[in-house]
Amino acid sequence: MAITLNINGQDHTIDADPQMPLLWAIREKAGLSGTKFGCGIAQCGACTVIIDGNAVRSCNTPLATAAGKAIRTIEGLSADNDHPVQKAWQELTVPQCGYCQSGQIMSAVALLEQSPDPTDNEIDKAMAGNICRCGTYTRIRAAIHRAAEMSKT
Amino acid sequence: MNTPSFSRRNFLKVTVSAAGGLMVGFTLPTPLQAAMGEAGEINAWLTIDPDNIVSIVTPQTEMGQGAWTSIPMMVAEELDVPWENVRSVRADANRHVNNAELYTTTSTGGSTTVSRRHPYMMQAGASARERLRVAASNRWGVPLDKVVAKQGYLSTEHEEQGMLQGTYGEFAADAVAVTLEKEPTIKAYGDWWLLGTDVKRVDVASKTNGSAVYPIDVTVEGMVYAAVQACPVPEGKLVSFDFEAVKGMPGVIAAVELKQVKDVPAFTDLRSAVAIVAESWFQAKNALAVMPIVWDFGRGATISFESQTAEALSLLAAPGTLVKDEDGNIGKGMDKGVNHDAVPDLLAASTKLVTGEVYSRPFEAHATMMPPCAVADVKADRVDVWTFTQDIGRSLNEVADQLGRDTKAVFLHQTQLGGGFGGGYNMDVHRQAAAISAAVGKPVKVIRSREEDIAQDSQRPPVWGTYKAALGEDGLPVALLTHFVGEEKMPAFAQRGVANLPYLIPNRRHENSLVQNHVPIGYHRAPGANSNGFIVEQMVDELAQAGGWDPLEWRIKLTEGMEPWQRVLQAMKAKSGWTTDMGDGEGMGCAVVESHGTIAGCVATVSVSRRGQIFVDKLQYFINSGYVINPLNAREQAESSAIWELSHAMFGGLQVRDGRIVNTNFDSYPMMRMPDTPPEIEVNLEMSEDQWWGGLGEPTGPPTPPAVANALFYATGTRVRTTPLSKAEL
Repeated sequence: MAITLNINGQDHTIDADPQMPLLWAIREKAGLSGTKFGCGIAQCGACTVIIDGNAVRSCNTPLATAAGKAIRTIEGLSADNDHPVQKAWQELTVPQCGYCQSGQIMSAVALLEQSPDPTDNEIDKAMAGNICRCGTYTRIRAAIHRAAEMSKT
Repeated sequence: MNTPSFSRRNFLKVTVSAAGGLMVGFTLPTPLQAAMGEAGEINAWLTIDPDNIVSIVTPQTEMGQGAWTSIPMMVAEELDVPWENVRSVRADANRHVNNAELYTTTSTGGSTTVSRRHPYMMQAGASARERLRVAASNRWGVPLDKVVAKQGYLSTEHEEQGMLQGTYGEFAADAVAVTLEKEPTIKAYGDWWLLGTDVKRVDVASKTNGSAVYPIDVTVEGMVYAAVQACPVPEGKLVSFDFEAVKGMPGVIAAVELKQVKDVPAFTDLRSAVAIVAESWFQAKNALAVMPIVWDFGRGATISFESQTAEALSLLAAPGTLVKDEDGNIGKGMDKGVNHDAVPDLLAASTKLVTGEVYSRPFEAHATMMPPCAVADVKADRVDVWTFTQDIGRSLNEVADQLGRDTKAVFLHQTQLGGGFGGGYNMDVHRQAAAISAAVGKPVKVIRSREEDIAQDSQRPPVWGTYKAALGEDGLPVALLTHFVGEEKMPAFAQRGVANLPYLIPNRRHENSLVQNHVPIGYHRAPGANSNGFIVEQMVDELAQAGGWDPLEWRIKLTEGMEPWQRVLQAMKAKSGWTTDMGDGEGMGCAVVESHGTIAGCVATVSVSRRGQIFVDKLQYFINSGYVINPLNAREQAESSAIWELSHAMFGGLQVRDGRIVNTNFDSYPMMRMPDTPPEIEVNLEMSEDQWWGGLGEPTGPPTPPAVANALFYATGTRVRTTPLSKAEL
């Protein structure tokens, strides 16, 4: 069945099972590999994308429910890797293995769009769905504050 | 300390790079060759292009620990080239394997990339620099000692022509023809300009826009996808499967049996499994989930963690097998002169006997954020592989072995790893991909589901341990008996940090016993030390308490004269705000463990709510690793290992029932998340005057859980002897 997905402002017509998780359509069909597979049950957040402004786990979002909505992935954040969150991540050398970081960044972007200057508690709550096995949490927290600061100026 | 010695018979091999620049290969003997007095093979490469860009090859893999940064740093230090001119490039595994291990080793683990490999990395840079100087000396007609090589430029003060200057790139082609009469000596600490400074890891930006490539991201023209299932009970074998039942499902292409050759597979052998190949991974996984499969579970079906625990407890009730110090992982300052034989009599005669209870740690999985994944493209004359591995050379050999191909026809491409932590060693995912690609005649991407990853991982083994001690008049132990139970596959893990206990106790005996185990075992960030530290360092607190000693003072006293330990412990005392009396519901605890040539101390501050919930408020680390080449990355690694091990200690623990791992995804095998992360983590690098090269990728893990557990004792009066701590009744 053909489904049209709007990813990063571009329409992709995808012929797939409407129950197929959005993650696999983004990766295998649209060819955008920045969004990662981590657990398949919405527990780790590696697959986080932003749909209509909200951070969503694409690994258990059926393709059909994403049709017609604005889907943003890590690739759509900026052309030059210079979104304030990306810049803050680079400045504080947040990523280690880096595998979870697309998801972490998308969760952080969604948070900052809704709450431009979040408290530590807000950050903890918004980021609780994203696991980092390298344990970069303290730098993620600091980088979110840094991105908030950069966005103000 | 253990700076590997190498022969001055080293020589350089040179070729002109494709871009017309200088390629320098520096040769070092392997340990065997060194022992035989023979020069060895090339083990590191760098190229200098005409535009003065230096490309430095990394044989070690990158898994977030910084190898792709540290290796070029070590070479660039000696070459004396601006860091911004350096490019970090990947070693060719095929060339390594087929040229007598060109790079000495491609193994990436044990926190050794800097600590063990710096001599030949730095030598490669120094050799190249000297040959550039000779080239300039020849071209300018000036004595060699008048040529300065600095920051990518060669210069001299010419008697007639005045100041002459050129880039390394301009002299690279000349330098190719230069042979050095003798190799330069590498710089000592104190002469460094780049090493020892904060350098950001080179791959960070690629990890903020999704462009970093992991095996799961590799696509090959015509590629299909495979989902795999191995026997849910490790060591068990496939009996039959009914592909007919699923072959009509959407996208399904084939089923492939993966045959296990041996009854008990070695760590990297292909295990008995079945794969479904489909047009999409989602389709393959769905079909595999419903395909009827019959397994012969084998001996493991009667083993559970509970049965292993019962076996361990009965083993602990009787004497174990004596482990001599030499069998352990001997550490810095180890006192080898302890008396084993006197211990039983001293304990029997003691009037101040301390009898420990049983401590334990469960199985833990690596659960790297990228589930194991590999892409294989098996053609008649060539095989290409991208895989989750911490040793590209070894994995290339395994693929060749799996397919019965010549290693010259196998190409294994280094990618980012998505975490490693030891999990990239005992891995058969590239064998699976190769076997499936060969069977279906197409390129294949194998992705393990998270459930399959955790069920089939080479786990960190459990350990059970207890002790007895006789105290003297001063409250310090005169005799100590420790008895730890490990498992049969990697029994040495149960000895690390125990058999070679640092504390100066005159009569000491370590005994070992083993339980039956069918679960695959592997290296797991600070293997052995990670679990044993929890037991040993709580034992120490119990002994200190029984003898009327402050636990930190006890550690200081029993490492007297051991400078590297004193440096750490005195820093803990001076800088942590140490106290064992914080008031109800709050506590401070300490622990110190040596692993990978590094002594790491931890002071944990915790609070416990009235309902018994644990908050780790602060972790302070005091690390003596000797030289640190990149303090920024050192701190990042220290925090990372700390969170890694705190995660297991707080929330982890695999359950094994009827031979199978039961909790195989993050809903049932929870991980530390941001709200659980201590708000404050402080890292102090306490470099010893007795300088050496220690590792930094792992050592802060082991002291973390015992420091937290010791702190919990001071906060609540309850001693927690197993993990996960979050399940303790407090």
